[in-house]
Amino acid sequence: MTRSFLTRTPSLLIFIACLALFTIAVTLAAHYGLMSTSFVKTLGKTLCLCLAALAMDLIWGYAGILSLGHMAFFALGGYMIGMWLMYARTEEIVVASLMNSGLPATPEEIQQGIASQIFGVVGASDLPAIWSFAHSLPLQLILVVALPGLLALIFGWLAFRSRVTGVYLSILTQAMTLALALYLFQNDSGLRGNNGLSGLQNLPGLDAVSQDTISLWFFWASAAALGLAYLALSWIVSGKFGSVIRAIRDDEARVRFLGYSVEGYKLFVFTLTAVIVALAGALYYPQAGIINPAELAPIASIYLAVWVAIGGRGRLYGAVIGAAVVSLLSSWFTGGRAPSIPLGFMTINWVDWWQVLLGAAFVCVTLFAPKGIGGLFDAFAGLRAPDRKGAPLGPDQGSLQEKEAVE
Amino acid sequence: MSQLLEVSGVTVSFDGFRAINNLTFSIGPAELRAIIGPNGAGKSTFMDIVTGKTKPDSGTVTFGEKSASLLKLSEAKIARAGVGRKFQRPTVFEDQTVTENLTLALKAARSPWRVLGWRSKPADHARIEALAAQVGLADHLPRKAGELSHGQKQWLEIAMLLAQEPRLLLVDEPAAGMTLAEREKTTELLVDIAKTRAVVVVEHDMEFVRRLNCRVTVLHEGSVLAEGSLDHVTKNQDVIDVYLGRG
Repeated sequence: MTRSFLTRTPSLLIFIACLALFTIAVTLAAHYGLMSTSFVKTLGKTLCLCLAALAMDLIWGYAGILSLGHMAFFALGGYMIGMWLMYARTEEIVVASLMNSGLPATPEEIQQGIASQIFGVVGASDLPAIWSFAHSLPLQLILVVALPGLLALIFGWLAFRSRVTGVYLSILTQAMTLALALYLFQNDSGLRGNNGLSGLQNLPGLDAVSQDTISLWFFWASAAALGLAYLALSWIVSGKFGSVIRAIRDDEARVRFLGYSVEGYKLFVFTLTAVIVALAGALYYPQAGIINPAELAPIASIYLAVWVAIGGRGRLYGAVIGAAVVSLLSSWFTGGRAPSIPLGFMTINWVDWWQVLLGAAFVCVTLFAPKGIGGLFDAFAGLRAPDRKGAPLGPDQGSLQEKEAVE
Repeated sequence: MSQLLEVSGVTVSFDGFRAINNLTFSIGPAELRAIIGPNGAGKSTFMDIVTGKTKPDSGTVTFGEKSASLLKLSEAKIARAGVGRKFQRPTVFEDQTVTENLTLALKAARSPWRVLGWRSKPADHARIEALAAQVGLADHLPRKAGELSHGQKQWLEIAMLLAQEPRLLLVDEPAAGMTLAEREKTTELLVDIAKTRAVVVVEHDMEFVRRLNCRVTVLHEGSVLAEGSLDHVTKNQDVIDVYLGRG
């Protein structure tokens, strides 16, 4: 009979257990002062990147759509939460400073004060219309999901309806994120141009709480979000929906003739993953403290694809492992802590050479280990794919292709 | 007499080349029909038109009792209306098990939200087992479709078509790559299916068509050259000239 959800996804319990142990270990280490606040933040941010990679795996590894623009949704999620953080934080400062002037401040004065505080840096003193909801946390939280979701819905509808697929779609998504980045770089885009939003690590109303506590809160929230997303996505891909999207990846024309609206499914997955990535971004940027349009650069989305490829496409834990390993290694190498290698005639300085190493690793994974790090688990479990050199399992011996077999 | 599918006066050109030229064709609700013709006669284009992959320049295609036009519908909607198609090379989802392949094809709601909430019921499972048994794959349900032999894949695809419960089946060279025993079984299966629904078999293997023992439509240069029993069309001088006479 049909097997239960848990037996179909044996990795789920292991993953949740590992995540829980990791969370407890980090919490204890931070509590006893064995781990710096900045490292807790790095780990928390890494969990957010893992969450984004999870979504990337759903759309690329399962549905076969190589989107090179998902980090745009990540950054948009960050911008949406950042607007509230910055507004509420500035409001506190403005109210406090107006208190000193003797007369109670009017709402207009406060509004004016906030606007000139935030936008003085780009030479404006009015709050743009897109900041209309920035005073309200619930509204801005809705926007975290709604704005990237809507953008993905419209973009996806236009792209999939025209049956843009493969590399053309990848280019189109990349153009989308680049266009968005260029737009946000403008000072009059209403999001402070290339200054971006800053001071996001300071939570409004929580001045009394120190950053080491806040960093742990965000770490826990990131871990919980990753765990919940893993649970939800495991459930989605283990059922018939997962079967349909894998079928679309392998042969979309056939799926169409089975009566499934391929475009509808692609749009669904594109929007769903955009929303997940946006949530990851909304958890990431308060830990990073700053967001600017450079975060929407196409390279960020390409990194996302590289993580998933190195970790192993088409399996959820692969994406998480890839994102964690590569982004932690990246911060180690680029943090200047990796020892340089003197070669006599030159010195390999990892801050510069890390990207070469990453690129080489990506090429090697693509050529020699298409299953990525996740493939190690298969090797461990003794699963091996037959080596047919890419040829399909052809007709049997004795079958005839064109002519009727004779008796 | 009410026909299930009626194609009339259909013309399609690709860059000036008339792939289908004023084609008229109809089939009843429970009928087996073979379409033969030399390469380039328009057999595949005909199937593309009926399944919605290609839109004709002129003409009408109607389906069902209400004679609803298929021309404005997408491929997916035509499939849901009850037209199933089997491609020449077996196109099963090789990375998925036989059960998963059949589950995908099983007649059920097709919208993403409904599929997300879909859970296998005992009736579904029984239906999958029955279909697998019908095509001789009952022992292979948990295997990946990619591991099956070529003939088994062809059957799996036929079972997937049956799972869709279509009213009209379009089958492109079903016996290609099959052994003799497999071909005989395929013949039986097609004849059996045609008792309850319309089946159009595109084939250029005369022996196979003879076994099907049904009405034959001969296509040539995008239009119908002759129609009738196999013996009738093979005696037709035009048919001999363009097709049979060539060796």
